Amino acid sequence: MTSLPATRLNDSAVRIVSLYPDLLGTYGDGGNALVLSRRLEWRGIAVEHITVDAGEPVPDSADLYLVGGGEDGPQVQATRELEQSQGLHRAVDNGAVVLAICAGMQILGHRFPDANGTSRPGLGLLDCETIRVERPRAVGELLTTSAQLTTPEGIIELGQLTGFENHAGRTIPGSRSQTLAAVEVGEGNGDETEGIITGKIVGTYLHGPALARNPLLADALLGWIVGTSAMTPLDDTDVDSLRTERIQAARDHELAPRRSWRDILRRS
Amino acid sequence: MTAAPNPASATGRAKSLRPRARLAVAAGRFVAWTSRVVQFGTGSVIGGRVSLLIDRNLLSELTASRDVVIVSATNGKTTTTKLLSSALGTSRPIVSNWLGANMTPGIVAALATANATDTAVLEVDERWVDSVLRATNANTVVLLNLSRDQLDRTQEVRKLAEQWRIALKTTPPRTVVANADDPLVTWAALAAPNVVWVGTGQEWTADAAGCPACSGRIDFTDAGWACTACDLRRPSVDVALTNGVIAINGKTMTGELALPGRVNRVNAAFALAAASAMGTDLDQAFDGLDDVREIAGRYRVAQFGDTRIRLLLAKNPAGWHEALELLEGPSTPLIIAINARIADGHDPSWLWDVAYERIGQRFVVAIGERRHDLAVRFRYGNINHIVADDLESAIELVRQSPSYDPTLPIDVASNYTAFQDHLEHVGGVL
Repeated sequence: MTSLPATRLNDSAVRIVSLYPDLLGTYGDGGNALVLSRRLEWRGIAVEHITVDAGEPVPDSADLYLVGGGEDGPQVQATRELEQSQGLHRAVDNGAVVLAICAGMQILGHRFPDANGTSRPGLGLLDCETIRVERPRAVGELLTTSAQLTTPEGIIELGQLTGFENHAGRTIPGSRSQTLAAVEVGEGNGDETEGIITGKIVGTYLHGPALARNPLLADALLGWIVGTSAMTPLDDTDVDSLRTERIQAARDHELAPRRSWRDILRRS
Repeated sequence: MTAAPNPASATGRAKSLRPRARLAVAAGRFVAWTSRVVQFGTGSVIGGRVSLLIDRNLLSELTASRDVVIVSATNGKTTTTKLLSSALGTSRPIVSNWLGANMTPGIVAALATANATDTAVLEVDERWVDSVLRATNANTVVLLNLSRDQLDRTQEVRKLAEQWRIALKTTPPRTVVANADDPLVTWAALAAPNVVWVGTGQEWTADAAGCPACSGRIDFTDAGWACTACDLRRPSVDVALTNGVIAINGKTMTGELALPGRVNRVNAAFALAAASAMGTDLDQAFDGLDDVREIAGRYRVAQFGDTRIRLLLAKNPAGWHEALELLEGPSTPLIIAINARIADGHDPSWLWDVAYERIGQRFVVAIGERRHDLAVRFRYGNINHIVADDLESAIELVRQSPSYDPTLPIDVASNYTAFQDHLEHVGGVL
């Protein structure tokens, strides 16, 4: 796990909870917590980051919850613990924001397939269902068209979403949910769309991590908590260079840049 | 199956190869030679492939008359293979594939040129343990660790552990040397009849929180680990590394090693455990370890123009966790290079699992094909950094930095293919 700065306990601090990074932390999604924390700190907004490992009680009073991607076995264990605790359910009822990545998105839906392909009940917080489909695993750069988030304060533009997807299964949005965007390159949900939004819960297949590659999405989530007017501009020069490069790479279907014959011979 | 020593090697008599196998070896060597002549590479992999096309049982034949030991892991397999070769080499002739071609073709190429009875010390890719074990009937198997690596192309680590478990059940070696601090490795090794458990205090446990046996939760404490749902727990150890001291068979080994860092003491503990299980005298084996100064260019201090650089390799979060031990002390600038080619894994999201903050105030130049991913990671880590296009311009930027110390080599820490590129720059593997 990336280490986060010690933050003081403070009623006015934005409270961010990373849920079960020990079970759902396989794909680098822990970085989303660091991105959110820094983008608040840099704007002078206090933040408190709490890591909840499996077996520990889930607080229900935080502002934002992060659920990451993981392997099939731990995914089932995480669902079991979250269902028992009901802490996340209460938090959502209280209006908390949730970002759920990949396996995290799948278990927040109504149903998802386990390691054997058996459909299991999910947490039912995100209005979607994930089913197993007979196709190769979706692995590669994922790029969407311009994404939008509809909020009570109006529509927030998120720009193109870029990231890396690595999943089986197809996610079908329910009638109470929206999708984030249409897919330009990659698989996404599996029906030419990417991401699921139900209320203030956002699910996506994007790793990278998602918020490191898509700062407007990070700011939109934070805007739900502290108001969009607090989301003053930051220096995103490094991120802009990365986005330009990855968007081009996705369009070029460039998975292995400058791979030479020597590479192939070196490591079969 | 291999409980008794191989009768052929016990009498020192080698079975001569069948004509088909001899042809396969000759063809492989010719292709490898051609490949070297046209400067395609070392040619070992392509040569081995050609040999296997002609005789697909060649690995069985090439190992029929020799002792075989297999070393596998996510991290440390090349180093441990080199250390074990050196330790065993003090008492018997050995052959090894320690240059890193660690699947069947590379192994076949390495063995094809060796004496038929030399002990084979084989580094084996995690995914190839099953087939190499079946082909060679290895009498000793050393299993170091399993952690996340190249998730876009390998199986989940739990599935690898399961493959190992089945392989050890199907073709049980005489001895398995296994890491008692890694629940995934432990679970796999428990399928073997005879295990030497090594405890070295593994610090990276992020991939083992879910029990491989029952998918319950594993509880880690300073004293060890145990599943909270089933009876899988840390076995009591036969070989221990505590505060840099290796305790084995009632002896304590305190001598220095030429290789730096805690991680190499860990690798040395496994090499000693395996050498001892194979009958080598401990003091003699330890002397052998000290002869190893670099492994395929890792830790090498090399000349780049008129600047000295030190090459470090770290391929994944667990590897970086160990490498950062060497990088967190000094205050001089350093260079970090990240690629994301096939052999690296296409998704460098794992950079966010690495606590680069441990670098502290050091000035870092990010290079490699994924330098912008690094730069974003450093930006959010509040790490003082800049991006450069290649190693040459990175070195120039380091030399211009006020914290540069020309009396010290510049650390260049890279992942796999970036490291290979830099190694080629400074003259390749010697």
